[in-house]
Amino acid sequence: MSPFWIMIATLALAVLGYLLGRSRSIRLAGGDTRALHSRPGYHGWNVALFTALPALLLLAGARLFHAPGWVAPAALVLALAGLGLSLSRTTPQFRARNSVERVIRGVLVVCALIAIATTLAIVLSLVFESARFFQMYPWQDFFFGTEWTPSFGGGSKLGMLPLLWGTLYISLIALLVAVPIGLYAAIYMSDYASPRVRSVVKPAIEVLAGIPTIVYGLFALVTVGPLLRDWIAQPLGLGSGGSSVMTAGVVMGMMLIPFVSSLSDDIINAVPQSLRDGSLAMGSTHSETIRQVVLPAALPGIVGAILLAASRAIGETMIVVLGAGAMAKISPNPFEAMTTITVKIVGQLTGDNDFASPETLVAFALGLTLFVMTLGLNILALYIVRKYREQYE
Amino acid sequence: MDDVRLAERAVDTDARDIKFQCRDVQVWYGEKHAIKDVSVDLLDKTVTAFIGPSGCGKSTFLRCLNRMNDTIGIARVEGQMLLDGENIYDRRVDPVQLRARVGMVFQKPNPFPKSIYDNVAYGPRIHGLARNRAELDEIVEKALRGAALWNEVKDRLHETGTGLSGGQQQRLCIARAVATAPEVLLMDEPCSALDPIATAQVEELIDELRATFSVVIVTHSMQQAARVSQKTAFFHLGNLVEYGDTDDIFTRPRDPRTESYISGRIG
Amino acid sequence: MTDATTPRPHPASPAAPVRRSLLIEDARTKRRNAAERRFRAYGVVAIGLAIAALVFLLFTIFRDGSSAFFQTYARIPVAIEAQVVDPAGNRDPAEMQKVLTMGYGKLLDNALAAYVEENGIQIEGLSERDLSTFFSAQGRADLRNAVLADPALVGTVIEAPVMTSSRVDGMFKGRVSRDSAARDAKTSVAQYELAMAMEKQGDLQTRFNWDFVTSTDSSDNRPEAAGLGVAILGSLYMMLIVLVLSLPIGVAASIYLEEFAPKNRLTDAIEVNISNLAAVPSIVFGILGLAVFVNFVGLPRSAPIVGGLVLTLLTLPTIIISTRAALKAVPPSIRDAALGVGASRMQTMFHHVLPLAMPGILTGTILGLAHALGETAPLLLIGMVAFVTTYPSAPPEGFLDPASALPVQVYNWTQRADPAFFERASGAIIVLLAFLLAMNLLAIYLRRKFERRW
Repeated sequence: MSPFWIMIATLALAVLGYLLGRSRSIRLAGGDTRALHSRPGYHGWNVALFTALPALLLLAGARLFHAPGWVAPAALVLALAGLGLSLSRTTPQFRARNSVERVIRGVLVVCALIAIATTLAIVLSLVFESARFFQMYPWQDFFFGTEWTPSFGGGSKLGMLPLLWGTLYISLIALLVAVPIGLYAAIYMSDYASPRVRSVVKPAIEVLAGIPTIVYGLFALVTVGPLLRDWIAQPLGLGSGGSSVMTAGVVMGMMLIPFVSSLSDDIINAVPQSLRDGSLAMGSTHSETIRQVVLPAALPGIVGAILLAASRAIGETMIVVLGAGAMAKISPNPFEAMTTITVKIVGQLTGDNDFASPETLVAFALGLTLFVMTLGLNILALYIVRKYREQYE
Repeated sequence: MDDVRLAERAVDTDARDIKFQCRDVQVWYGEKHAIKDVSVDLLDKTVTAFIGPSGCGKSTFLRCLNRMNDTIGIARVEGQMLLDGENIYDRRVDPVQLRARVGMVFQKPNPFPKSIYDNVAYGPRIHGLARNRAELDEIVEKALRGAALWNEVKDRLHETGTGLSGGQQQRLCIARAVATAPEVLLMDEPCSALDPIATAQVEELIDELRATFSVVIVTHSMQQAARVSQKTAFFHLGNLVEYGDTDDIFTRPRDPRTESYISGRIG
Repeated sequence: MTDATTPRPHPASPAAPVRRSLLIEDARTKRRNAAERRFRAYGVVAIGLAIAALVFLLFTIFRDGSSAFFQTYARIPVAIEAQVVDPAGNRDPAEMQKVLTMGYGKLLDNALAAYVEENGIQIEGLSERDLSTFFSAQGRADLRNAVLADPALVGTVIEAPVMTSSRVDGMFKGRVSRDSAARDAKTSVAQYELAMAMEKQGDLQTRFNWDFVTSTDSSDNRPEAAGLGVAILGSLYMMLIVLVLSLPIGVAASIYLEEFAPKNRLTDAIEVNISNLAAVPSIVFGILGLAVFVNFVGLPRSAPIVGGLVLTLLTLPTIIISTRAALKAVPPSIRDAALGVGASRMQTMFHHVLPLAMPGILTGTILGLAHALGETAPLLLIGMVAFVTTYPSAPPEGFLDPASALPVQVYNWTQRADPAFFERASGAIIVLLAFLLAMNLLAIYLRRKFERRW
């Protein structure tokens, strides 16, 4: 019997268990369900859960850990045993509701733990594969190497620094675009705009956040890249390609505008009105109030928002894959094509992979670097934002 | 209207020292007629108390005096409010300049999240009252002394103002308002968030401020009005019911509504 | 700020206060008001830039992509010559199967040559190749299918619309000009002239291109036949998986954290974890999927099941965050009322709180799904980028068949050599945006309809 049919059989047994448990409880109570501690449905559920859960868990485990063939049919035996045992426990005094609720609570806990399991799985898979990589390739050369020339024939140079440079350079440009625009937009919306203007502009800007990054990527590749090349890079003799740090940075900046603006908007709105009143009542203008009272008060929160945006920028993939190019190099010229950590992760892991070669495994080391960088930024940012919120609660 | 006539008669007696002359002031909040036909003269170097049941318009009227109502989009003001003979609602008047001359202290202490020094120096800085650091230091010290706070904070001027106690914070806010060298000081229930001891300190301070400023205070406590003010105005449902010497209002109210209010029958 | 030109004397200083009129704006106030206006203008400019960016982005996508929904067809008489399509002469479809599409190409070439002659079209340097590349390879396949379906056509002259090549399509739509045709190795000026001549005769016309939405991807040399069918199905399958997994798991986790979790370090750890997971770059989830689901568990690459699982983990934090907000919004008085009549906490939760929070939860879930639908990077790593020309079968087996996904199809087309695929990529984005718009409208509708103020 295939595991699929065993699963179906188990579920059928569970349905049977429900009916049996329910009818047995009614029978034992002599038809008067008021004599039962729990309502008959709970007795039914109790039997069904005890029949299905252990067996299904065993099945899933067998699938996951490639257990030998006899384990799957054993699940059926387990289901039958569960059915019998729980049925025999069904008495009028039996607290079936509490039993069922305990099981449900257990399921809830497991679901909540999936978040932790995901993080663990991320960390473990990154660390294990990276460890394999560092066995084949010295870590000093990876972290401090300035050359990135993978070749599957051997003799690859896998220095991360050019990728890190490209990542940080693009992120910097993106933030230079997004932070002033996002921040001024947020200030205008929270302190100047009338409710009507706000109700139109705020959702419009947030549409930018709902657009998938692949769309921005295509926009960079087809529109912004050629535009920057024809109007700025070529006339100034700075470059001749559409893919460049500038292209990716500007488009990524566009993507980050709503991110910065909606976070800053929340934060600026959290500054109490009494502070604004205090400042205005002393004869300061609106902008003086914002610059000298509201913004300093909101500064920690805004810094947090910018850090979150920075982490977004560092981890962004599709815009740089399509807009930045694939050349790994360290150059100060923003109109040259450079590449990033995320681009190379995609590059090394798409297509046919040999999971024993350093050229493939380096992607995991890059992933680990990326994960640590963004996690650090996120934790710092969330800490700052949380502290800020507490201040005004 | 009876009460208006009464109010006018009351102010006619000492017209020489009028700081604010208000005539037929109407305020609407959207559809709501919040202030009806109020005419009152506020005197210089005097503490005037606005009393009345909550929602009577006393705070609204106070906020009109330095055009803080401008910050609420739906508020509309009609009538005349003359500060030293100039209508503050004239189109040419910049509220920024007006508020430099008519300071305000709020219900809850609202020090900026800056140092004590920067809190007080904020007004002088934006209005450019000091030519150099030494002058600014002097203004800050005078303002803090004027708010009876100097001795408590002189050793920690660069600590944050939000770390002070409630009473100290409110006196800091008064110092902040005083530092801008206003002519009128508006106070919107300045003691309602304070404990009795801090209240006593602030009340004492208000009495001292009278030497320099015209002080207008909104209060819900009749005892406080009796303690600190020389003139009292009683508001009810947006009308100015009675205005006169504080002693008269509390001992010989002319309007039955005033009498009911001070004897505790309405409120 | 200590550089004031006219300091006002402090009242405490001996000099008497100089009173200046309120009606005159002094120099300092003028400067300050100018600064105020500048500051305000920066805000307007910032908002203008943001909106302009949005409009420009959408405008270019629609400008480049809308033509993908229309395809140019030529309407010329095509003689179905019996000796070409049915060499055996017995009209037996099984025998006729042996003639490959190449053979039908000859029919089209002949038909076009005859058309040129008949209409007296004189074009210098019109070569055999210009004629044979005029129609799409798909045009031949369509013709072959039509003949095989109806052998009675053999020997007749039919006037069916024939799909043109991407270049001719571009000429008709104005994307390919005379100059660009001269530079393009895949076409020529003569072909351009021919297309223009046919347009003048009214024998070229566009039709709405349903095939773009329904048919499969195509090889590099016929971009005009590439469609989104597999990608849409793949995305649909993945969304089904994400919905079925992330809604119950997300709701269960939120219920636990919001209602039952004791305040302890484990709970704190889970909470910090969830907010951090929400900000982990999506590509890291792709690495996770590759390492765990493909390499460790051994699920097939390119399969919707793997993509669905990865996207589930990716959206779970967002769904948990919005679900908790929805549960929080249910006032405690409802809980108290239920507990007060003797319901257990579990009954209170499932009978009262959860139904009331459901609209909010659904709104959050739909928005989470919309986010997952546009996600590209993690899918690249688990091999969804493969070239797939067969539809996945129906679920559940279909979950294991190779498929593509809408955003990945866009990426795929941008990587093709032929620039004609860019039109398709923009067209695919329009389809993607249409789906996203529909989902967002549904979410807004739900929110409006069930919005409740307590």
